[in-house]
Amino acid sequence: MAKVSFRLVMPERELLATEADMVVVPGSEGDFGVLPGHAPLVSTVRPGVLEVYQGSKVQQRFLVAGGFAEVTPERCTVLADEAVPFEQVTVAQLDDRERNARNDISDAATPAEKAAAEKNLGIVQDLKRAQAFYASR
Amino acid sequence: MPSLKTYRLRIRSVQSTQKITKAMKMVAAAKLRRAQEQATAARPYAEAMDKILASLGASFQGATGGPRLLAGTGSDQVHLVIVATGDRGLCGGFNSTIVREARRQIRALLAEGKTVKIFCVGRKGRDQLRRDYSALIVETITDLGRPRLSFGDAQKVAARVMEMYDAGEFDVAKVIFNQFKSAMTQVVTVQQLIPPPMPEASAAPAAAGGAIYEFEPDEGEILADLLPRNLTVQIFRVLLENAASFYGSQMTAMDNASRNAGDVIKKLTLQMNRSRQASITKELIEIISGAEAI
Repeated sequence: MAKVSFRLVMPERELLATEADMVVVPGSEGDFGVLPGHAPLVSTVRPGVLEVYQGSKVQQRFLVAGGFAEVTPERCTVLADEAVPFEQVTVAQLDDRERNARNDISDAATPAEKAAAEKNLGIVQDLKRAQAFYASR
Repeated sequence: MPSLKTYRLRIRSVQSTQKITKAMKMVAAAKLRRAQEQATAARPYAEAMDKILASLGASFQGATGGPRLLAGTGSDQVHLVIVATGDRGLCGGFNSTIVREARRQIRALLAEGKTVKIFCVGRKGRDQLRRDYSALIVETITDLGRPRLSFGDAQKVAARVMEMYDAGEFDVAKVIFNQFKSAMTQVVTVQQLIPPPMPEASAAPAAAGGAIYEFEPDEGEILADLLPRNLTVQIFRVLLENAASFYGSQMTAMDNASRNAGDVIKKLTLQMNRSRQASITKELIEIISGAEAI
């Protein structure tokens, strides 16, 4: 059976390059699954969980903090701002980040800084929600 | 004639210099390897981004009124010149070549009657440009990439550039940096960042031939999201190239310095031995002629 050649890249390095049966990407307009032969698509990615399927099972999960996905019938490339294997994320880490983000908001000197910090907090909160949801499954 | 002792002291001082340059060469070599690895690791992301941008650009071709970041402000009166240099010296001509090119560009732009603003990344560039163009320097960022260059560093620079662009402080941005070819050769490169040169049509057929992309949400929104990020990626690439060039240049410079120190030591040793022999001969002549006189 045909497979999707899937790549997950971060600005600093390539995190994963593999052949998968299906990839579920958290698109900004909703999750979408990529099977071989998917229509060409470019989408933004919201903070959430990305799943890589082998057969009918989830083989790997990644927590991604936004980015882009490019899909063609043969391949699927996700450009993530930041991506971490799901197992390596702990709630404590995310709590830490949330606290830092809140501090940044109160420390912000300019409106631009404040907006950036608020956006950051939004991402962290999305990540926390996604983490909690998938951890309970 | 200098005494033996002064020779010995000078040799010792050159030796200790040589030790330092040798150590610096080793360190530079190790850091160069790391910088190259980083540059290689960052390539897939930049390539994938280029591909998306090319396919997006294809659908925007001909259409006017794209995002400001893509289309430019419609004027080219105010130029922002980003001069990316190192923070430290002792690296041969690395900083000077960049600054020389920057000076040339600035002079040319000023001669055309444009307004020039300078954005210095790296302490050395600022120090050298401050002499002639201190009034034009609007921003300086130093001490990037310690202990190692991260994407966050690039984001810092890009955020500042974006802020200035949004405030309408310049129309065109260029960056001057050293492109890494090998440890021996680095090429000074001028790259335009804003408005970005669109990947030419030759990159597009891959997208146009097989696939017309669907966009989610839509082209405009993706592009608005993608362009600032592309700017960051470009700056990140510049910083990585610069870091690799810096260490390459430093390695070569330190290698030369160690070799020169070796030559100096050899010459001084020879001179020292000559003068030692001369003094022995002189003493012998004195003794012999004294003995003959009796």
